[in-house]
Amino acid sequence: MGVWIVAGAAFREAVRKKMVWMALVTGAAFLILFGLGMRFQTKSMARAPSLIRGQVPNALLMVGLYAVDLLTMVMTVLASSDALSGEIASGAIHAVATKPIRRSELLLGKWLGYVGMMSAYLAIMLGGVTVIAYAASGATALHLASGAALIWLESLLMLNVTLLCGTAFSTLTNGVIVLGLFGMAFLGGWVEQVGALTRSVHAVDVGVIASLIMPSESLWRRAAYDMQSPVVGALRLSPFSNASVPSHTMIGYAAVYLAVALALALRYFGQRDL
Amino acid sequence: MASTCKSSGSPAIQTRFLRKLFGEKVAVKSLTLEVSPGEAFGFLGPNGAGKSTSVKMLLGLVTPTGGEARILGFPAGNVEARRKVGFLPEHFRFYDWLSAEELLLFHGRLYGMAGSELYRRVPELLELVGLAPHRRRRLRDFSKGMMQRIGLAQALLNKPDLIILDEPTSGLDPAGRRLVRDIIKAERSRGAAVFLNSHLLGEVEVTCDRVAFIKHGEVIETRSLQPNGENATSFRIRAGNLRPEMLAGLERWAKGIQLHDGELSFSVISSESIPEIIRYLVAGGANVYEVTPQHLSLEDLFVQIVGPDGGL
Ligand SMILES: Nc1ncnc2c1ncn2[C@@H]1O[C@H](COP(=O)(O)OP(=O)(O)OP(=O)(O)O)[C@@H](O)[C@H]1O
Ligand SMILES: [Mg+2]
Repeated sequence: MGVWIVAGAAFREAVRKKMVWMALVTGAAFLILFGLGMRFQTKSMARAPSLIRGQVPNALLMVGLYAVDLLTMVMTVLASSDALSGEIASGAIHAVATKPIRRSELLLGKWLGYVGMMSAYLAIMLGGVTVIAYAASGATALHLASGAALIWLESLLMLNVTLLCGTAFSTLTNGVIVLGLFGMAFLGGWVEQVGALTRSVHAVDVGVIASLIMPSESLWRRAAYDMQSPVVGALRLSPFSNASVPSHTMIGYAAVYLAVALALALRYFGQRDL
Repeated sequence: MASTCKSSGSPAIQTRFLRKLFGEKVAVKSLTLEVSPGEAFGFLGPNGAGKSTSVKMLLGLVTPTGGEARILGFPAGNVEARRKVGFLPEHFRFYDWLSAEELLLFHGRLYGMAGSELYRRVPELLELVGLAPHRRRRLRDFSKGMMQRIGLAQALLNKPDLIILDEPTSGLDPAGRRLVRDIIKAERSRGAAVFLNSHLLGEVEVTCDRVAFIKHGEVIETRSLQPNGENATSFRIRAGNLRPEMLAGLERWAKGIQLHDGELSFSVISSESIPEIIRYLVAGGANVYEVTPQHLSLEDLFVQIVGPDGGL
């Protein structure tokens, strides 16, 4: 019960602070740009060899999906980085945490509110990109459902890690840490791919270690692998080669990682002095 | 008096050797006190004495390093105990994107109040704290005093058995301060216990039944504030033929002894020693004309007990 009341408040906060509207406006702008780009690109490809012509739209779709992935992750972190630390710093939490509600309900309520908003954003953006790509060029994502699930998992990961850091650090520090980890994983992912293409074992190891520290990029690359047409991957038409695809074990690791992050957040928040 | 208290029987607040360290820093050393149901209790002490930290331990915001605390018979921090507790934090801050009305509705829901009860109670409280005309305004636009008033209202939503107010009058105008006084009196006569942290001793004096003075996180004295001479601790005696050498003998009962123009002033631990002092003086040959209990304001008492240094 308490969980839903707090979740509702988190949603109302996002609406009142105009966060929701701004996310929707910038999202719409992105989708329009994407649609225009797709349209012009398809037209200019009319005389290309048919093999390429068939595959380029899928590659473009992949770029669009990647942009959605990045946007969703950054939005998730920005929206939730203030959730705990902000209220702890201002003292706003005192009046709430002394009501007959458990700390865990308070945290899970906020979590639920953010999961709801983040899911809705992701659904709109993913839906928008795939529909626009199909309408403009007939491109489709291969396994859209599993790709979408993996991206969703990735944003869950970002949310949980942000909440965990929010139990201990100030808002700004929190953002710096989580986006720093995200950036590190991102770089690690590229090092790993390039390493795999050039058969550099050490580079691949660096990528794997980065993924173990923060598995966000692994989730994206697995999602890309699932959604991308195999030809695109093989021809390296998109930036996402299937030279080094994260294993199911890595995906399992990411799932455990994000669950542990939430469990630790609950534990620290439950114990700390407010 | 405590007839409406469901939890009557168990003390409203009970702590034993309650202790809190922040790292090396001792915030509360060893707090032992008891507040009865229906009692208005003033918790006084200099800045940094550990008052707010003690309150936070009672409410489960801060985990004690040692000792025990119970509120309304439950261990402090227990979710059920908080159902019948109202709390106004020291610096009342809230989700400032909500309107005054929405804030109270939100807090009422957290208390688990049902819709019909809530929709009756919220306008009532907005009226009480004088914010009815501003009920749809966002808290962001509220002044400090208005914020304090809405904070007070949220502490009363659930008709609590125990109300904990941490400096409720800070930032309030004279009318607001009177409002706080009236609310404390009304809640107390309703049967609720009130635990009040305040530096405005005049207000504590008129609202509280009992006060505790704390310093460095320890209760150094507890006093009841009955409005009669029984508790007076300072006296003035006008007498003739007082010889300075008699004064030394008074130290058995009194301290702060001074003699000025035939007027003797001193303070005693208990007024019960006054008859003995008079007998002693008369036996020594003094002519006692007048014995006057000195009204000691809470402020004098505070300085006397806590000391002028504050204690920081
Ligand atoms: N979170 C904290 N971390 C470290 N020290 C703290 C913390 N909270 C309080 N203290 C210290 O504990 C002591 C008691 O603080 P507290 O806020 O309880 O005092 P107070 O009696 O309420 O004072 P005031 O009258 O100024 O409100 C102070 O010395 C303060 O510096
Ligand atoms: Mg204080």
